[in-house]
Amino acid sequence: MKDPVIYQPDGEATAGEPAGTASSVLKKKASRRAFIKGVIASGAVAGSSAFLFSGCAPDKPAAGSVERLLSLTVNGQVRRVDVLPNETLAMTLRYKLGLTGTKLSCDRGECGACTVVIDGRTVYACSTLTHMVGDRNVRTIEGLEGPNGELHPIQQAFIDELGPQCGFCTPGQIMSTVALLEANPNPSRDEARHALSGNLCRCGAYDHYLNSVMRAAQEA
Amino acid sequence: MAYKLLGKNFTPPDIRAKVTGKAKYAEDFRAEGMVFAKMLLSPMPHARVTSIDTSEAEAMEGVVGVLTAEDVPPGQGANEVILTNNPHFIGEPILAIAAVDEQTASDALEKVRVEYEPLPFVIDPLESLYPGGPDARDGGNVANATVPLQTIKWTARDFAAVEENQLPMGGTPAAEWSYGNIEEEFARSAVVYDETFVTASNSHHSMEPRSCLSYWENGKCFVYGSTQSQTFVVPGLAGLIGIEPKDLVYIAEFCGGGFGSKGAAYATMALPAHFSKKIGRPVMLRVTRAEEYYLGSNRAGFQGRAKIGFAADGKITAIDMYVVQSNGPNTGFWDFTEAGAAVSICYQPNAMQYKGIPVLTNTPPGGPQRGPGENQIACAFEPFLDRAAKELGIDRVEIRKMNAPDNEAIFDGHQNRVTSAYQREALEMGAEKFGWAEKVKRSGERNGSKVIGVGVGQAYHSAGAGGFDGLVRITPDGILHIHSGVGNLGTYSYAATSRIVAEALNYNWDNCVIERGDTRKHLPWNFGQFGSNTSFTMSRSNHAAAMDLKQKLLEVAAATHGGEAADYELGDEVVRARADASVQMTYAEAAEKAIEMGGRYSGQELPDDISPLTQGAAAGVAGSGLVGVAKDNYELSAVPPALAAGFMMIELDTETGMIEILDYSGSIDCGTVIHPLGLSNQVKGGAVMGIGMATKERIVYDPQNGVAANVGFYQAKPPSYLDVPSTMEWAAVDIADPQSPLGTRGMGEPVMGSAASALVSAISDALGGHYFNRTPIVTDMIVNAVAGREQSHKPLQVATF
Repeated sequence: MKDPVIYQPDGEATAGEPAGTASSVLKKKASRRAFIKGVIASGAVAGSSAFLFSGCAPDKPAAGSVERLLSLTVNGQVRRVDVLPNETLAMTLRYKLGLTGTKLSCDRGECGACTVVIDGRTVYACSTLTHMVGDRNVRTIEGLEGPNGELHPIQQAFIDELGPQCGFCTPGQIMSTVALLEANPNPSRDEARHALSGNLCRCGAYDHYLNSVMRAAQEA
Repeated sequence: MAYKLLGKNFTPPDIRAKVTGKAKYAEDFRAEGMVFAKMLLSPMPHARVTSIDTSEAEAMEGVVGVLTAEDVPPGQGANEVILTNNPHFIGEPILAIAAVDEQTASDALEKVRVEYEPLPFVIDPLESLYPGGPDARDGGNVANATVPLQTIKWTARDFAAVEENQLPMGGTPAAEWSYGNIEEEFARSAVVYDETFVTASNSHHSMEPRSCLSYWENGKCFVYGSTQSQTFVVPGLAGLIGIEPKDLVYIAEFCGGGFGSKGAAYATMALPAHFSKKIGRPVMLRVTRAEEYYLGSNRAGFQGRAKIGFAADGKITAIDMYVVQSNGPNTGFWDFTEAGAAVSICYQPNAMQYKGIPVLTNTPPGGPQRGPGENQIACAFEPFLDRAAKELGIDRVEIRKMNAPDNEAIFDGHQNRVTSAYQREALEMGAEKFGWAEKVKRSGERNGSKVIGVGVGQAYHSAGAGGFDGLVRITPDGILHIHSGVGNLGTYSYAATSRIVAEALNYNWDNCVIERGDTRKHLPWNFGQFGSNTSFTMSRSNHAAAMDLKQKLLEVAAATHGGEAADYELGDEVVRARADASVQMTYAEAAEKAIEMGGRYSGQELPDDISPLTQGAAAGVAGSGLVGVAKDNYELSAVPPALAAGFMMIELDTETGMIEILDYSGSIDCGTVIHPLGLSNQVKGGAVMGIGMATKERIVYDPQNGVAANVGFYQAKPPSYLDVPSTMEWAAVDIADPQSPLGTRGMGEPVMGSAASALVSAISDALGGHYFNRTPIVTDMIVNAVAGREQSHKPLQVATF
């Protein structure tokens, strides 16, 4: 793990692809293997301990020889952060950088609540090791507002159409919309539906979310 | 009646935080010195812990403490417990470890040695009802929040009285009632159906797991939790922690979904408080998805049987029903009684006999899930109307209309009346919106292996309560503070019902602030945000407080400018003399004056009939302005109903069993519509959950070991974007309810059951009238039905593949 595996984008346009499918960001095999290797290397266990993380403990010795101090680019800002080898991007964002807008609901790549955008593509932050991000820019829900707190047009559309219900999946839904509309500014409703299909909503606000996406596309 | 605010869309004050990521859910809070707790969960469905050795774990660096069953209140009867040495389901917490980080806590759990003595367990309720069958608890096999823990066994004779695959109707129930002459009514019926059915249990799976942060400060316990309700949670949670409600600071600004599972206080959220008290540090308990499955409750499953008679004109004559409820091991929820009431109100039979029994099972605890009892029974009963319509040559919507409840409806064993009911109108509006007359002509239309099915369904839930308190206040800056203790489930009804205060006082909505989400904001005693009740209950209590404030505004004006209160009226944020509008004072000035006047005007004197919690809240704001505080004493002489109808067109692939929903329209009778977009989101979101219940979601157990097979989302299958139509339609009757000050009633639950039963109806229609007597109707059941093969399950089999 001296050199953390850096993923390679597969180079194909993937607008309209469900959030977080491995191929939307990573070469499937490489990414999964690297993720699992990272977890195994740290001695973490799977199962119901899925929310494992470490790092609130000060000055813990490094497990293995991975360089823990990273420069992570988040919402255009470079942040120095101490990251354990098995740490997921969701945990780094939430517990190291205070960016709690990225939610954890399943922590295993099933629901999309933790969706962020890297290089224009949607990524499940719960299933991405922070060490694999490299120098790419990670965009989270907190990075959408303008410098003076102006809402991003997509955020405004989600308000105007009363997109959210409970709101827990909303940041993920919005980040998937960001990736979609940047790649395909005029999607059909069906394209939008497929693009967001990696984001579960237990309230079932799908119709209102799609109305929001279509309004955002129209008003952009 | 034309309103300034009601019936119009608005931007709810909490939505901006939801789209910017600033909304703080329980796990988004932090506290100085916070440690993390991890739970050790029972690996057995029923067992006794014989020994626990935590010495090795406690010696680990970074481990801060251990919490066991000895540290928390013991269980009583079948009540849920925080930790136990007598687990009744796989996943029940035995102990917890706190450490400086989660990795350490988790590693430490691996070092804990627990020995268990396995006990007999039961997954299928009928097994427990057999003579000599296993009991899920030491104290018995039957219990519920409405039924004390006891043992009830059916006799061999009861089981022998029926054919295999039929539910016995003679076994001892835990609840029963009847009205009318059932034998006579069956005798005069043109057709009578008698079917055994199963509705599967399914997990709530709220997106936000029930994580919780707690610490103690200055003698008060702070809890950051995830609940649908706010004030309603306080007494129960204080009780679980072992403190007085006044010593609890409860913060629940946002709730990431509850669907009934977070309506009241629950045991998991008291764990960090007990742990924090023991170790003296803030404790964060992050609940995983798997733990949410075990602890987040599930809808009760039913094994049931129904006999239903129809007269030749389609009118329902008599119903005889029995439901056996898979209760889980704890008190659970009374789905089984709700089911009886729902059948009675929806179909208005001349005579009815109801029996029900909640049987304990060693599966995760049951809890109320959106339309508990009402929605699953809709899936079992609505097909009878389709069968009768076909056999008697009546349109399927017409047969529902002729049996639908109206203002004269009487229902259930108590022979309750309704405040008002317009289900016939809801059916008519929905049918028109959907285009029933045209679409039903396409029923059975084939395209290769695909066939069109068209369906209609209905459901009911009670829609409100009374007797809670309202607290509102104008401060000298002219701001109207609406103190809402109802909670924030995500329906925005906390805000919509707050607008009733502004409407009644002629207030500019921009000058209103809703105080909520934190007991320190002085929140009155309100009902919880569940049971489709908010739009009715909160409207009443908010209106009562608004009327109190209005009267005080008039009195303050009279005290300032002379004359009687009756000489004044409210204008545009001014109170003015009726005779001379130039004699007036602004609301801000009135607030200033109220502080000067003191007594009841500024909240220093309070009404006697409000709850102690409201008295505490009002005392907290006393002297800060003009205070309106009152108990809802409005008339409540009947049950306010929420009634919904759903209409669905599907394309069913007979080769794969896959269903594509082509069209959905939902319609609702919920009184005055106060927030159209919010209502739309509920009707459509409810339909999505209904689609899951009808065709996808069910709990599955390995009967040999009691192990759950579908713990995560992937196996539990809540519907995704691709499982539901990308557009849906809705309609509302919009006729005011007479026992709600502004005519509003709740509606959140039946919109699920009506969609679910509409889908069941459409599937049977596509299959030319094949009735499954089981939900969910999964793809392999459809393929088997098409091929004329026997189903892979027995008719009464539950919790199975």
